[in-house]
Amino acid sequence: MPDLPAHMRPERSFQGLILALQRYWADYGCVILQPYDMEVGAGTFHPATTLRALGPKPWNAAYVQPSRRPKDGRYGENPNRLQHYYQFQVILKPNPPDLQDLYLKSLYAIGIDPTLHDIRFVEDDWESPTLGAWGLGWECWCDGMEVSQFTYFQQVAGFECAPVSGELTYGLERLAMYVQGVERVYDLNFNGREGAQKVTYGDVFLQAEQEYSRHNFEYSDTVMLFEQFKMAEAACKNYLAAGWSTKGNARHHLMALPAYDQCIKASHVFNLLDARGVISVTERQSYILRVRELAKACGEAWLATEAGGGG
Amino acid sequence: MPDLLIELFSEEIPARMQPRAAEDLRKLVTDRLVEAGLVYEGAKAFATPRRLALTVQGVPAHQPDVKEERKGPRVGANEGAIKGFLKAAGLTSIEQAKVQGDKKGDFYVALIEKKGRAAIDVIGEIVPEVVKTFPWPKSMRWGEASAKPGALGWVRPLHSIIATFGPETEEPDVVPFKVDGIAAGDTTHGHRFLSPETIKVRRFDDYVAKLEKAKVVLDPERRKQSILTDAKNLAFAQGFELVEDEGLLGEVAGLVEWPVVLMGTFEEAFLAIPDEVIRATIRNNQKCFVLRNPQTAKLVNRFILVSNTEAKDGGKAIVAGNERVIRARLSDAKFFYETDLKVALEDRLPKFRDIVFHEKLGSQAERIERIERLARKLAPLVGADVEKAARAARLCKADLLTEVVGEFPEVQGLMGRYYAEAQGEDEAVAHAIEDHYKPKGPDDLVPGDPVSIAVALADKFDMLVSFWAIDEKPTGSKDPYALRRAALGAIRLILDNGLRLPLDKIAIDTDLLAFFADRLKVQLREQGARHDLVDAVFALGERSTGGATDSKDVQDDLLLVVRRVEALGKFLDTEDGKNLLAGTKRAANILRIEEKKDARAYVGKPDPSLYRQDEEWALSKAIDAAKAEASAAVAKEDFAAAMRAMAKLRPSVDAFFDKVTVNVDDKPIRENRLRLLNEIRAATRAVADFSKIEG
Repeated sequence: MPDLPAHMRPERSFQGLILALQRYWADYGCVILQPYDMEVGAGTFHPATTLRALGPKPWNAAYVQPSRRPKDGRYGENPNRLQHYYQFQVILKPNPPDLQDLYLKSLYAIGIDPTLHDIRFVEDDWESPTLGAWGLGWECWCDGMEVSQFTYFQQVAGFECAPVSGELTYGLERLAMYVQGVERVYDLNFNGREGAQKVTYGDVFLQAEQEYSRHNFEYSDTVMLFEQFKMAEAACKNYLAAGWSTKGNARHHLMALPAYDQCIKASHVFNLLDARGVISVTERQSYILRVRELAKACGEAWLATEAGGGG
Repeated sequence: MPDLLIELFSEEIPARMQPRAAEDLRKLVTDRLVEAGLVYEGAKAFATPRRLALTVQGVPAHQPDVKEERKGPRVGANEGAIKGFLKAAGLTSIEQAKVQGDKKGDFYVALIEKKGRAAIDVIGEIVPEVVKTFPWPKSMRWGEASAKPGALGWVRPLHSIIATFGPETEEPDVVPFKVDGIAAGDTTHGHRFLSPETIKVRRFDDYVAKLEKAKVVLDPERRKQSILTDAKNLAFAQGFELVEDEGLLGEVAGLVEWPVVLMGTFEEAFLAIPDEVIRATIRNNQKCFVLRNPQTAKLVNRFILVSNTEAKDGGKAIVAGNERVIRARLSDAKFFYETDLKVALEDRLPKFRDIVFHEKLGSQAERIERIERLARKLAPLVGADVEKAARAARLCKADLLTEVVGEFPEVQGLMGRYYAEAQGEDEAVAHAIEDHYKPKGPDDLVPGDPVSIAVALADKFDMLVSFWAIDEKPTGSKDPYALRRAALGAIRLILDNGLRLPLDKIAIDTDLLAFFADRLKVQLREQGARHDLVDAVFALGERSTGGATDSKDVQDDLLLVVRRVEALGKFLDTEDGKNLLAGTKRAANILRIEEKKDARAYVGKPDPSLYRQDEEWALSKAIDAAKAEASAAVAKEDFAAAMRAMAKLRPSVDAFFDKVTVNVDDKPIRENRLRLLNEIRAATRAVADFSKIEG
């Protein structure tokens, strides 16, 4: 590893680990994006993955995405379950032939040396029913711990990926706990400093975990949320309908991104409702289907935009 | 003769798909070789996480030449016909054809010789075809090629192909072909981390040796063997014993190219968790083996992991990392287990009201109520305490709502027993909770405790009766609710425990009874009973011709059916049995022919005043005696005695056929004799329908 100051080293600092990954993928040629400014369940929902995976144009990007899984909240009492956590997401379209090697080198860049550790690719096929997406790949194990998801997207929003993108998702807290040798997520050293200057993950997020767990399980306003779901769904459909235009013989879409925001919104609202346990098993399926319909329509619109290759 | 070596080198192939893929590769390539006339001497295929390999030995260098005669027109036929023939046969002049003669005159024959092609060219066509159409359970596209339709699909990205062909004594050739831009060659790579360099190979022998040097064990069986041996040795050295696990061993062998077995430890405190839960945690999530104390058979706080690499530090970091994950997993499991223990099983029941069992059959709560009612009904019939059976039935599904079972469905039932014991339930109740799913398959144990039997039967009968009620019966290969298994489970519970259980008393209708009969036939046949004997006994219940037995209790008492089949089998092995069968069949045959000829049935008692020969009298008497004796024996369920009674018929039957002519001119006497024959048939129905028996 280059001569980093101690507080920037991935094995001492959570932010150092994030910066090391950004640096690595920037060196590869990725655009380093910032997190999407909406609540999402995973880095995949970022339009830089979902939408950019569609269409023929090459696209290489990497970014951190705060991810919210309301159901996974544990009031800050579980050592490794969080309702809000960070994913580091890399999307390469088309996937380069040496993607596995690139991935392994990125692990090396954050201090995981394959001559000391047992790194394995274990079958794990990925499917997102809400996004109408699936791909084949693995969970990547380091000494028996899952540290990343590695997927070759085959279909997104119900459309075949042509070409296929390679998607890497690093679970940042887990990786950091591993390289820092910490058993409890809240004990992670966030800023890499020691003594009075040290800031832990708990200092930053413990209170938030407690408050949001309370909110997600007990107090979220379900009447409002049901209403919001309907509104987001309707808005998504409206924007999609309004965005279609015809130039010559070709159909174009002028508002795929704003429409997709409403799809993301609906998906998150559904997750909040699900966490409150107000959606029955049978209803659950129909909500997932409704979000998928939105995602598919957004994908179709995206393919008729400039960046989607249809401009 | 030349050998063929193929390797398909890719990114990591899922462990569960490897054995099948190796076999498919072997079969697809060798079948096509044989089809192309290239009959080989031997073939073997292998798989590792990153490669499929195939060796075919003794492939001929050329396809055999094929000679073919093509018949042409008659000598002297018109020019058009001759021209057409020359063209079709590929000849330039008619002089090249032979002339052959037959009765009608001379005609032309062309000898067409098809030269066999070089095997290497044929292989160069076969392999790409196999790669392109390989039957992976799921395949994918990748990379730039995936932008266009028709891109090659493989289980994960395919990187390179080895295809060499040549005799042992020479430098083999690379089979020249390309699949989707990948050209076949003679190089591959070793272990991903330990020896990633390019390896050049010639044929199978040096391929295996070079891989081994590059830290890849090609043969999955060898990887399994080495893992098993090392794991046992490591365990033994510390005074422990490996808990063997064939499924896990196969999976782990599919995750490594260079297995290195290591041992890790976890905190003793976790041993408070039930062994089965520890094992499920460590096995399912971490793919590691557990160890036990050979004296107590209890698990110890050690586990065996199989890594894919020789680490620089001898595996210290790897062991530490795995221990960390296992510690986290076990603390989750412990937390789940302890949380579960805080809630009494019956307090979980209200939740079942919200869980749909089946759209048309209501909630899980309703199903549990049905099972409880059935268990109460069954308990006295199987000698179980009614209240205990009801209690066990009420609680038997409660563990489905516990955290541990939510995490590890395979410990359902077992956890129910643990939680029941922990809350002080009666021992029989706790065991019935665990055992009520049993027997799950043909190799599973059959519960023997009456309370367990009552609940296990209630569980299965409820499935069958309920799904029959909504007309969701198994059809053909479709049996989504595993109803055949449920019926077979019930049958084994009844037979293995020697239960007398009239099935019609528990809401089982005729259609469902027939299903049971079918399952029983399958079961008996699998145990080696002759299917015709099974049919012969079941046939008694199907007709109501007023035989010696009451048809109903034949079919709905499975135990009696089985005993009857057994007795019948033994009887037919004796001389008396064989002869009586022959006699009965002869009687039935004559009757069939005559009844058909006369278009009427000969039933009813024969008239003694029409007997003309002693043998008729003797037979009539013997039949009456045998019938009475057999019926009495059947009533006492002594089927062996019933068979012995039947055996006494044999001399009179033999004598009758010896001395008496049935088809005499005197009509009334003939009819009376036919009736007497019918009596033989009827008498034997006391024990079985002999017409269904073969031989």
